[in-house]
Amino acid sequence: MNIPDNLKYTKDHEWVRVEGEFVFEGLTDYAQSQLADIVTFELKPVGSKFKKNDIFGSVEAVKAVVDLYMAVGGEIVEVNEKVMNTPEIVNSDPYGEGWIVKAKMDDADELNELLSPDDYKKLIEEQS
Amino acid sequence: MPKKTAIYDEHVKFGAKIVEFAGFLMPIQYKNGIFSEVKRVRETVGLFDVSHMGEVEIRGKDALEFINYITINDASKLEQFQVQYSAMCYEDGGIVDDLLVYKLPDKYILIVNASNTDKDFDWILKNKRGEVEINNISDTITQLAIQGPDAEKVVQKLTDVDLSVMEFYWATVTKVSAIDCILSRTGYTGEDGFEIYVKNESGRKLWNDILNAGGEFKIEPVGLGARDLLRLEMKYCLYGNDIDKLTTPLEAGLSWITKLDKENFIGKVALLKQKEEGIKRRLICFEMIEKGIPRHSYEIIKDGKNIGFVTSGNFSPSVNKFIGLGYVEKPFHKSGNEISIDIRGTQKKAVVVKPPFYKNASHK
Repeated sequence: MNIPDNLKYTKDHEWVRVEGEFVFEGLTDYAQSQLADIVTFELKPVGSKFKKNDIFGSVEAVKAVVDLYMAVGGEIVEVNEKVMNTPEIVNSDPYGEGWIVKAKMDDADELNELLSPDDYKKLIEEQS
Repeated sequence: MPKKTAIYDEHVKFGAKIVEFAGFLMPIQYKNGIFSEVKRVRETVGLFDVSHMGEVEIRGKDALEFINYITINDASKLEQFQVQYSAMCYEDGGIVDDLLVYKLPDKYILIVNASNTDKDFDWILKNKRGEVEINNISDTITQLAIQGPDAEKVVQKLTDVDLSVMEFYWATVTKVSAIDCILSRTGYTGEDGFEIYVKNESGRKLWNDILNAGGEFKIEPVGLGARDLLRLEMKYCLYGNDIDKLTTPLEAGLSWITKLDKENFIGKVALLKQKEEGIKRRLICFEMIEKGIPRHSYEIIKDGKNIGFVTSGNFSPSVNKFIGLGYVEKPFHKSGNEISIDIRGTQKKAVVVKPPFYKNASHK
């Protein structure tokens, strides 16, 4: 299972990439493989504001439907239109082209509460 | 401990994602994903390991009479080497299992669902009558399915049997790739195709020989995930989802295999009574008008009232729509009727349609 070193992770199998005051969020390789072929995303619109762990959308896939949770509090500033139009790219490239939303963080300190790659690796080993 | 089929190591080699299903470690999908596997079967040909399916042999002087007593279709109509889709019912008309009956020169074979093999075998033994010998040979048999418009060309490369004259739902005892087998023109995908039954020790060789023979047709291994979608696109029932002990064949749209004029069989009295009193609910096909996957046990709503429940649903890559099956009260089952599905608390519009969802399948 691919778990890049330069990202942070959540217990809900999402990854976070930090760029200045912004974060990109997506689903991990493990998540996409458990869901199987992804069919559609339903996301709250750009401009929506959330606290950490709020639901910002859901993903429908062949195996399951799951909610998506904000890894950190903030405002959604961009939704990946490519993912909305061709959700299968989350299966093929979960950490690259398959990012889901870009958000402006309220409090960068919340990043410290996220899982390191090693912690996330342990988590999925426990779960599988 | 879950069982492994004879093909297990090959699945792992092909990068399969393995899940436990009906007590077996089975490939749910391979590397390219479920939709890609569905497309392969619809466009050229795919190879399935379905060795988890159960096989029960019935021999003896009274075999036909016995099979006609425990199944709802009329096995007396079967000619030598013919195959029949049928089911077994309980006395109350609920379904024990759906199955295939093969009539071979020296015996009958019932092909049953993996998750029901033990239950079915117990049921068959419990209802045994007349001079019959019953054997559960499931653990000794590898079953492969070759499905798709190019299936005939692939199998023809490996056998002397003239497949161009072999009709759908007929079988033969022959050799494929020099391996003794039962070969039938059957399947669970809607496409033309074959199912081959061999002894476990020959399973792996047959698997690899078929993949080699199918190379020019881009044959690929196909997992259970795609198998479920392919059957759903055709409205083929899946036991445990669309049919079970609480549903009857008449409700499930299987009256075409329910021969109520047959002399005597288990469930006949209850099914006759249900027919006379009127069938109150029907298994329907529906397409979502609004996006969302209808999943097993979601509620079906009409004008704010619950009228039934979803039994199977998914996104169909072949028709590019969200589709589902479910039971609804009459008269809401009529095609064109607009209904709603409660998808996680939101009512999403759907419409009742005529089966099958996918209308361009190649089967003969």
